[in-house]
Amino acid sequence: MDAAAIREQFPILNQEINGHPLVYLDSSATSQKPASVIEAVDAYYRENNSNVHRGVHTLGSRATDQYEGAREKVRKFINAKSTAEVIFTRGTTTSINTIAYSYARANLKEGDEIVITPMEHHSNLIPWQQAAKATGATLNYIPLQNDGTISLDDVRETVTQNTKLVAMTHVSNVLGTINPIKEVTEIAHQNGAVMVVDGAQGAPHMMVDVQDLNCDFYTFSGHKMCAPTGIGVLYGKQELLEKMEPYEFGGEMIDFVDLYDATWKDLPWKFEGGTPIIAGAVGLGAAIDFLNEVGLDNITVHEQKLADYAMKKLNGIDGISIYGPEERAALVTFNLEDVHPHDTATVLDAEGVAVRAGHHCAQPLMKWLDVTATARASFYLYNTEEDIDRLVDSLLKTKEYFGDVF
Amino acid sequence: MSFNNLDTLYRQVIMDHYKNPRNKGSVEGDALTVDMNNPTCGDRIQLQLQVEDGVVQDAKFTGEGCSISMSSASMMTQAVKGKKLDDALNMSKAFSEMMLGEDVDTENLDMGDVEALQGVSQFPARIKCATLAWKAMEKGVQE
Repeated sequence: MDAAAIREQFPILNQEINGHPLVYLDSSATSQKPASVIEAVDAYYRENNSNVHRGVHTLGSRATDQYEGAREKVRKFINAKSTAEVIFTRGTTTSINTIAYSYARANLKEGDEIVITPMEHHSNLIPWQQAAKATGATLNYIPLQNDGTISLDDVRETVTQNTKLVAMTHVSNVLGTINPIKEVTEIAHQNGAVMVVDGAQGAPHMMVDVQDLNCDFYTFSGHKMCAPTGIGVLYGKQELLEKMEPYEFGGEMIDFVDLYDATWKDLPWKFEGGTPIIAGAVGLGAAIDFLNEVGLDNITVHEQKLADYAMKKLNGIDGISIYGPEERAALVTFNLEDVHPHDTATVLDAEGVAVRAGHHCAQPLMKWLDVTATARASFYLYNTEEDIDRLVDSLLKTKEYFGDVF
Repeated sequence: MSFNNLDTLYRQVIMDHYKNPRNKGSVEGDALTVDMNNPTCGDRIQLQLQVEDGVVQDAKFTGEGCSISMSSASMMTQAVKGKKLDDALNMSKAFSEMMLGEDVDTENLDMGDVEALQGVSQFPARIKCATLAWKAMEKGVQE
């Protein structure tokens, strides 16, 4: 895989920031978009735009075909059994909230337990806090080990016969930890609980096979995998989705409506109230085509090389603290001694290097790490070892700069 | 942007306040306490004001954050100490305008080191860091 050639396909990366060629190391927040995705969305609006599903006219059919075609691409991408199991949402947050409302709040009661981990993004934490409060269920945590991983023994200890739902991130957006989803799912199922996976940092970077993982729900966002913002996916097993009530009501999701009652469309449409995010879905379809062409396995291998290289190079910087396990996804969260991460990020930006600084939507995890904020460099298929060299050079300059002004 | 531009942000006087914060700690005795944080980045401040007869007798802060937010808190407490509440609020208004890059006449306000933060206006992502302490002060006075 030729990352430099792939980079050429991302128009935004071909620019200077503050007088330096841009090095974009914030893909965990959102990825950049290849020309093919931008052109697919553009072409949709120029040639095919119409509302879906009821159009008798030609444009209506074209828009519907494109929208449903994108759903089939997603189905193949995650190896779902049927497109009935692929619901388009606004993103991971909406997907998880849909499960929290339509499954958790409807089925949980006092005495039941929800199990999560302290490494969850706020979007896989607060919906469960609120669901626990609303139902009287208890929220329990699988503890983190010192290196920021979880042990299956702790999972077996925490998940009990009272556990009705286990929710876990596939990949931590801060620590880079890759969680053993398949094994945790098995433990959840042995205890009669459903398994919810936050795949926001998983699906963009590695092959996901929901049938192999055997999880009950898998959620992810388009914008972190080369697609536009505002489109995401909720995968759920059909037998569970069948029994769930819709989270939003309105047009597009109804079957028959009279003055006092209504019935719902079949899956997946009963969960897609209102005019859907048609152009977003078309963009997601194009992004999946793009990723398939490169090959998810090639992307994973490339990112693993980048992660190893970054760990080696960054560990060589005096006074740097790196958080998370040795074996990790393609991101590195760190702090420089005596320099606040905001200040680090500002100096890096002056060098054209874009990193994120802050709590990364994981305040409980920051507390566990005993820091208020960190800097994070995250990599994707268009990043190269040269990008990491630029990061390291700029960090050395940051140290020098703050060493001087002090 | 070169490091020269960075120097408009990280002025020597700012780094001095960051390294040697003035008025850091807690007020002894009765004081008005305001907690404020910047939820987007995790910076937080606790500000204590002792006000008598409409004058800020003492101002102290504790908190955690970047060089800009902490130096701004240090400078703000220094600036408002001994000032009437109205003057303190006028300073806060002038500071907000300064952050918007407006030309502010501070001649009658006696803002001291605070003006060193003028360069922050060129770094839009950092304006919220600089205004945190002033927002806490405004909230305290309004209560």
